Amino acid sequence: MRDKYDIVIVGAGPAGSTTARFAAAAGASVLMLEKDRDIGIPVRCAEGASEAGLRAVLENIDERWIDNRISEVFFHSPGEKMVELKFKQVGYILNRKLFDYDLAQMAVRAGVEVLTKAYVFDLLREDDKIAGIRFSHMGKTFDVKSRLVVGADGVESRVGRWAGIKTRTKMGDIETCAQYTVHDLNLADNHLHLFFSSKIAPEGYLWIFPKGDGRANIGLGISGDAAAKKAPVSYLDEFMAERYPHASILNSVAGGVPCDRTLETIVLDGLMLVGDAAHQCNPITGGGIAPALIAGKIAGQVAGRAIAEGDVSAKSMQDYPRRWHKAEGRNHQIFYRLKNYIYKLTDDELEGIAEAALHVPVAKRSLVTLFRAALVKKPSLILDAVKVFT
Amino acid sequence: MKHNFYSKIAYDRQLCDFCGACVAVCPHDAIELAEADLSITESCTFCANCVHVCPMRALEIIDAR
Repeated sequence: MRDKYDIVIVGAGPAGSTTARFAAAAGASVLMLEKDRDIGIPVRCAEGASEAGLRAVLENIDERWIDNRISEVFFHSPGEKMVELKFKQVGYILNRKLFDYDLAQMAVRAGVEVLTKAYVFDLLREDDKIAGIRFSHMGKTFDVKSRLVVGADGVESRVGRWAGIKTRTKMGDIETCAQYTVHDLNLADNHLHLFFSSKIAPEGYLWIFPKGDGRANIGLGISGDAAAKKAPVSYLDEFMAERYPHASILNSVAGGVPCDRTLETIVLDGLMLVGDAAHQCNPITGGGIAPALIAGKIAGQVAGRAIAEGDVSAKSMQDYPRRWHKAEGRNHQIFYRLKNYIYKLTDDELEGIAEAALHVPVAKRSLVTLFRAALVKKPSLILDAVKVFT
Repeated sequence: MKHNFYSKIAYDRQLCDFCGACVAVCPHDAIELAEADLSITESCTFCANCVHVCPMRALEIIDAR
């Protein structure tokens, strides 16, 4: 490790590794710091991502990353109506331990230096300008100077806060989640299941993401507001006790997801935010892998060019937010409006939607069908739904 | 949530998953979270967002007297 780099990246998840890789490929010297002892562990994720999302950034998709392929989803209503829907494209259930590790390795091959167990706790400033970071590692404190700092530090991001950006997630916008990775012979079916019900997951949903061979990620997310009344882990334990009382629990994990629009400010002079830290996950599904890759690629390219041109001002890096909004950010605003409506539907309304959707034959059913049924009372949002789902 | 001069936010190390949901909703940047080490700083105003958002119900406001 040197005491000076062009770019320091805080966090080695998909957003950090992708930003690092593209910035280094453009010629910048890059140090990436991870607070945990390992890249990719613990996995705070349901591990679902669309093939198209991955292909948007990754040239090759390694079979080792894919635990399972999904082509159908079943929506469960509060009264246990099951609405089957076939995907137009393939969905992956990933093995994020291997996936994240390989993304970091790709960055290393591009010339990035990586250090784990490195806890960044402050920004360095020179003449009031961001000039690097301070971190602790194995009981010692280190200062590393850089021309640009990238906060890829996840939902708990603080890099942006230190720079003066309001990155706090509102209680109504965070989905607070608990998940078990389980093995149960009753989970042999290979479909994705989503449960919508105020009793199972108020202001959110419960998911079963099959990983193959009777294994699955079973988890749920509910809004911070809903969690004030009852904790996510309690909802999950009740669901498991009722449906899979004998399941072996191979892994348990908790986490928060910023189901929000992208932060208004994601670049400052000498600073960028990317991934969950920039609130770039899809606000309606909570999926953050593909958005992190897409944002990371753009951020890395823009950062690399800013370094090459010797200008890391916010003005010179506006290409990042501009390209991000064009690629995903604008759609996320629509997803956010849809989420706010969908998550507040009553159980009776959900039941009615399931009933209406079941009248449409499976072959003709699509997400637009579902949203049309869901948005009968809110026609202004139907156009939005058509825009993002067709 | 009630608090007084002696109030403190405590967390249960057995329950806490060190996920950072509490850090995300803290209005005062009053939570430090390194790998498996959580601490609440003096900027805390006992708004209880962290207590409520915690997926594991690992935090609570206690009277430290």
